[in-house]
Formats: sequence, C-alpha cells, structure tokens
Amino acid sequence: MLKQTPLNQAHRNMGAKMVDFGGWDMPLHYGSQLDEHHKVRQGSGMFDVCHMLVVDVTGAGVRDFLRQTMANNVDKLTVTGKALYSCMLNPEGGVIDDLIIYFMREDWFRIVVNAGTADKDVAWLIKQRDAHAPGLEIKPRRDLAMVAVQGPEARSKVWLAIPGSQAVSESLKPFQAVAYNQYFIARTGYTGEDGFEIMLPATEAESFWQALHGLGVSPIGLGARDTLRLEAGMNLYGQDMDEATNPLEAGLAWTVDLQSPRDFIGKSALQTRPVTHQLLGMVLQDKGVLRSHQKIITAKGDGEITSGGFSPTLNLSIAMGSMPVGVSPGDMVQVQIRDKLLNAKVVKYPFVRNGKGLI
Amino acid sequence: MSIPADLKYAKTHEWAKLEADGTVTVGITHHAQDLLGDMVFVENPAVGRKLAANEECAVVESVKAASDVYSPIAGEVVATNSEVEDSPEKINQDAFAAWMYKIKPDNAADLNGLLDATAYQALVDSEAH
Repeated sequence: MLKQTPLNQAHRNMGAKMVDFGGWDMPLHYGSQLDEHHKVRQGSGMFDVCHMLVVDVTGAGVRDFLRQTMANNVDKLTVTGKALYSCMLNPEGGVIDDLIIYFMREDWFRIVVNAGTADKDVAWLIKQRDAHAPGLEIKPRRDLAMVAVQGPEARSKVWLAIPGSQAVSESLKPFQAVAYNQYFIARTGYTGEDGFEIMLPATEAESFWQALHGLGVSPIGLGARDTLRLEAGMNLYGQDMDEATNPLEAGLAWTVDLQSPRDFIGKSALQTRPVTHQLLGMVLQDKGVLRSHQKIITAKGDGEITSGGFSPTLNLSIAMGSMPVGVSPGDMVQVQIRDKLLNAKVVKYPFVRNGKGLI
Repeated sequence: MSIPADLKYAKTHEWAKLEADGTVTVGITHHAQDLLGDMVFVENPAVGRKLAANEECAVVESVKAASDVYSPIAGEVVATNSEVEDSPEKINQDAFAAWMYKIKPDNAADLNGLLDATAYQALVDSEAH
C-alpha cells in the first residue's frame, strides 16, 4: 500500500498522473512536465512536498546536540526563523542525508529531511540522542503538511492566499522563515526561483492548495521538480550523493564546517579521506540527452554523471557529474551514450537562476 | 485517442503502415508517447541499414527517460523523417502522423504477423491494469 499525502485526492481531481515515488503515491505531472517547468520559471507553481518530513527537536541542549550531529555549524543560527542547509554524516564521513535546520527557540530546532531517508534519519537521531542527550525529544511531525510555491509570482500569490501574511513575510531574506497563525512560511525552495515553502496543519492542506489554484498557481509534479532542481544545480540525495559519498567531493564543501574547533560525527574521517573527485556541471554539445550513470571520459581520468537530463529553459542537455580533480570549467570531455562518444563542455553550475540561463 | 484501423502494431508499441509504393512507414504509438511524456530527442537509424525484425534501431528520449524503438519487420531503411528529429514534440502532438523511418520490407507478408488495431487495443488495456 503506497503512502498518501493529504493532497492525494486533490492531485487526482486535477488530472495528475500518479507514480510510486519511494513508496509514496505522488503526482509525476498533470499533463505536461515541460509546461509545468516553464510555469514555475515564468509565473508560479505549487508542489506537494508533504512526503518530506518535519522533525522537531526540543529540550535543553538541542544546540549542543546538533553541533555534534550536523556537519554545518548551527552556531550560525541565532535569529528566530533562520535556516541552515547541512549534511548529517556517518562516522565514515558519508552523507546520511542533506537537510534544512530552522532555529525556532533555544530549546527548539526544526529539521526538514528528505522523504526517502526520513525513517533512517529519525532512527539515527534517536540513536544519537539516546547516547548523548537523553533529555531531548525528537518528534516527527506527520501532522504537518508542506507545500512549496515557487516562481517569480509565487510570493505575491501566497500573500493573496494567506491574508495578512505579506506584512510578516515581505522582508524575509532567503533562508529565513516566520510563523504566522497556523502557517510556518519559509523563503526556501528547490527550483532556483524565489518563493516559499509553507508548513501548515495537514487538515488544512487541501483548502490551501485549492485557494492557491484559484489564484492561478499551477500544480507541478515530480517530473518538473527534477528538471527545475537540476537547472538550479541543487544536489539530489540518492543520486548526487549517498552514504558512500564524501561531501567534499559532491559539491557540498561549503556546507561542511571544518574551520571551527567543534567536533562532529564524520569530521575526523573527512580530514583524512583523500579528495580525488569533484562535482562539476556539463553541457552536451552534440545531440542527445545526458542521463545519470553515463561514463565521462576526461583527460584526467574517468568520471560519471550523477544527475543529467534535458533543460527545458536552455533547450539543451545538461548534467552534474563526478569528475577527477584537475578537470576545470571550460574543458571538453566525452560522454558515453549507448554506443557513441558525445562531446560535452564542463561548466560551473547552477545553469539557471531566477529564470535566466547562466550558461 | 483511437487506434487507427489501417495500421499494424508491434508489441513493443511501434506502428507500421504499408504504403502504396511497397515501403513500410514506422513510428511509435500514441500510447507509447503518452507513457514517455514530453519528447526531446529522436535518433533514427541510418538510411541503408539492414534491420532484422524486433531489432533495436532507434531511440526516443523524453524529458523523463530514454526508450529504444524496434523494427517491426525485417527490411532496409530507405528514408528517415528529419522533421521529428528537429521537432521531437511532433510525436506528442500526433504520434500516428509523426513517422520516424521507412523500410523496404524483405517480405511484405511479415506485416501479417503484427497486431491489428483490436489486438493492440487489448494489449494497451491489459498494460493499464
């Protein structure tokens, strides 16, 4: 039996093609993945992200606990509502998950984790809690729904859908959130566009979804979510990284705090693991489509595409790939696609930001 | 969309049409394009290539995935449709009009071994369950 979000019936009513996504019955698209992609880049779109999990960690000493369990430094979080992107590592320095941590109060931090890793993450956090901070409570919040609204018109649509929300959320900087009535409004997202991710009671999810739809916000499926995030150069857990991945090789060095004297799980392993690869962007020069797991042939040795696909905004094929250290943006490489070697150019990502191509 | 009665169908979701000049035109079905979604790349076989029945000979890629296209019958490729290579979305718009390639069949009677519209409809229905 597939798990269903509170918006399951709403998706069906809107004509979604539903698919099994890691055990969840989720919308792939509502007719055309390409149209949905363009709607987010040009107007606004809404995403059901209820399959992701909100975990509230509460009690005295939460900050200390997160100092130990997170690779990024939660001491950067001092203002209520401020968010931090971090990896949670295993002792070998592999990535258990990438997640967002919100500072609510000194005795309350809120973590949002990926759908596919949610059970594993909670079990890991509980194990660490039991060992180091038995007074803390770790509370999965399946009673909360999450809806992302993204695109240049996203914020203005949300302000219409939630009366009174403009005054409290207008001045939010990216990666900041505010609690307002029953809503938790965060200026975060996964598309390279402006917008909000909104948490609210699951019982209110469908009426909120319908209200946004009534304002002209298009429902967007997982298909377009993936092409949007690839263009935005954002890592996808399970594809661009997993428990075997060194985050320093996966484009995540900026999230790993090796500077402060603070110790955290995985730190000592990262200090000794050799860094032989790096994550770089690439653009296919020949006709075809780059896909994950295709082999990359470079002057410095072989690599592999981690996330590849067609970019609807740029109308060409792009990818992120693991390549040997020494390969640089501007270099030409070859990609093996079926029985052919096609030419690709190494570039910096993101590929698209705020509707504009950067390549 | 209804399944045209004047075409023949392979179990791998290609359609084949016997033309007046004896060649056979091949494309993928409406059902196939619907499963694949927005089409972004088409790679046809080279003109002159000899194909066996059920041989992988072309590729269609949608935003979502790559999919092999098979030759419904044996023959030699005599033409390819550059229009669908330049505008793969034509397959989404009308899969039964957006042909991919034409072959000169080794034996036109091989078409009789393919599914007719009724049998293909039954196949599509069975895959939906």
